[in-house]
Amino acid sequence: MSYTPIELMIACASRVLEDGRTVAVGTGLPCAAAMLAQKTHAPNLVICFEAGGVAPQLPTMPISVGDSRTFHRAVMATSMADVMQFCQRGMMDYTFLSGAQIDPYGNLNSTRIGGTHQKPKVRLPGSGGACDLASFCWRTLIVMRHDAKKFVEKLDFLTSPGYLTGPGAREAAGLPKGTGPYRVITELAIFDFHPDTCRMRVLSVHPGITLAQVRSATGFQLAEAESMQETAKPTEEELRLLRKEVDPAGYILRRAG
Amino acid sequence: MSDSPTGRLFADPDADRARAGFARLPRALVDKRMSVTEAVSRCIRDGDYLAIGGFGINRIPTAIVHEILRQKKQNLSFAGHTSTHDFQLLCAGNLTGRGQTLARVDIAYVVGLEARGLSPHARRVMESGTVEICEWTNYALAVRLQAAAMGVPFLPARTMLGTDTLQESAAKVIRCPFTDQQLVALPALYPDVAAIHVHEADIFGNCRLRGVSVADIELARASKRLIITCERLIPHEEIIREPHLTVIPFFCVEAVCEVPFGSFPGNMPGEYFSDETHLRKWLTVEKDPEAHLQFLEEHIFGVPNFDVYLEKCGGLPRLRELRSQEFLLSSVK
Repeated sequence: MSYTPIELMIACASRVLEDGRTVAVGTGLPCAAAMLAQKTHAPNLVICFEAGGVAPQLPTMPISVGDSRTFHRAVMATSMADVMQFCQRGMMDYTFLSGAQIDPYGNLNSTRIGGTHQKPKVRLPGSGGACDLASFCWRTLIVMRHDAKKFVEKLDFLTSPGYLTGPGAREAAGLPKGTGPYRVITELAIFDFHPDTCRMRVLSVHPGITLAQVRSATGFQLAEAESMQETAKPTEEELRLLRKEVDPAGYILRRAG
Repeated sequence: MSDSPTGRLFADPDADRARAGFARLPRALVDKRMSVTEAVSRCIRDGDYLAIGGFGINRIPTAIVHEILRQKKQNLSFAGHTSTHDFQLLCAGNLTGRGQTLARVDIAYVVGLEARGLSPHARRVMESGTVEICEWTNYALAVRLQAAAMGVPFLPARTMLGTDTLQESAAKVIRCPFTDQQLVALPALYPDVAAIHVHEADIFGNCRLRGVSVADIELARASKRLIITCERLIPHEEIIREPHLTVIPFFCVEAVCEVPFGSFPGNMPGEYFSDETHLRKWLTVEKDPEAHLQFLEEHIFGVPNFDVYLEKCGGLPRLRELRSQEFLLSSVK
């Protein structure tokens, strides 16, 4: 069965999520991945939204992290501080983030491109809850488009912490022990972080993509994991669930760009 | 992280000065109903620090923001706490020939409308270098309001550490006196004025809301002056029959305005969904500054009140459709 890059990315992201865990998601692709996981291998995955929605049964794709869908048939509609404090206390296993730029240590920029801080060339939204979630959640999953302008050696602005400057840097800064970026998923490949250097490396390359293509779309040196392999394609069941149940309106699946 | 953060505080975190202000607020159980026009003119002053409740496009007091623009309030500081459509609106008071509404912004999330994309006009404003900014995160601003609600000058947290977000903030890095853990100290944020939209209130300002509370429980207690807009007024008898449903008590409130469909074009939980068509049009029209000005004139500046805005946006037929969408019903022919 043929599939689109976005369908592959959602399938890859959903497979990372284990059953019986908690995940803080935003709208769009992360939400689709969490819903797909619930419908396949992780029926007991607990989805949380930073505006206060806890364990909703999502009837459709939310448009906002705080809209009515994010607490539809939920167990609780609470506050932002309450959800963030689940995370800060160590009760949130996963979160999904994205950004305009990422560096080799998984640090993310969603604040500005170019210019000075008071007069930027491009002003982006800022942290929102991203810096909080990247600081607190056990495993941060990063999902983003892949090109050399986004995958850079040095960020224009470090909004949300990955491994900062390398091994031990998160702990030295005061961030909770044992947390940090876990996987990066793009339309070309899946990456993890080397346990000794904390630098991003290629874990699997998507079907039809070469390692050279991945490297040329990346603005920094990329190592490869010893066990590097080809990413498994989305199964027919995953594609059927995605198209028929997760996003029948094509809100995510048919979105351009 | 050798250098200390360089951002500037836009609000005084001093707890005793805040107490002195709270001590002067009236406690009497009096009828606080007034028009939106009167509430804005009475409670919001040029130079104030303003905060808006809800979540950008969900349960927002739209009528108050429109009226701030109509009354050309100037030189405001603002808490940009997942501020989406409300921020897009406030930016309409900058670079549109009406002086400068926004002068200073504490940023957690501004400029964007989540999945809908970035606001071209909010970008113009924030890229013009005319608004002073200070960076935070959503949780950091929630904690700053929590500190103010508690009546303490700061609270510690474990966010922002190691980032440029911290560097451009006005937080400070401290060590825990018990564990020596490195922490970020977040200064209390006492806004001069806040506006919150709720489902139900009585004439004295006792409020109920449904769905996520975001940071409004804290915001209501942290603000020196509070304007409530509500979908509907309910009898005081109903409040005291079920006191566990009250989330904001009357003595925190200065003004109560009944504004049905008051979160339009935003979502109101259990009432109506957001008007995505209207919001898409808004984002498109902002690309051209001339067309944007004309759009603002037609929908806000040249309109006497929020009811007329609702009429211009399709009135009751459109609102009924949004109610069907909220309840996931197909529209009726």
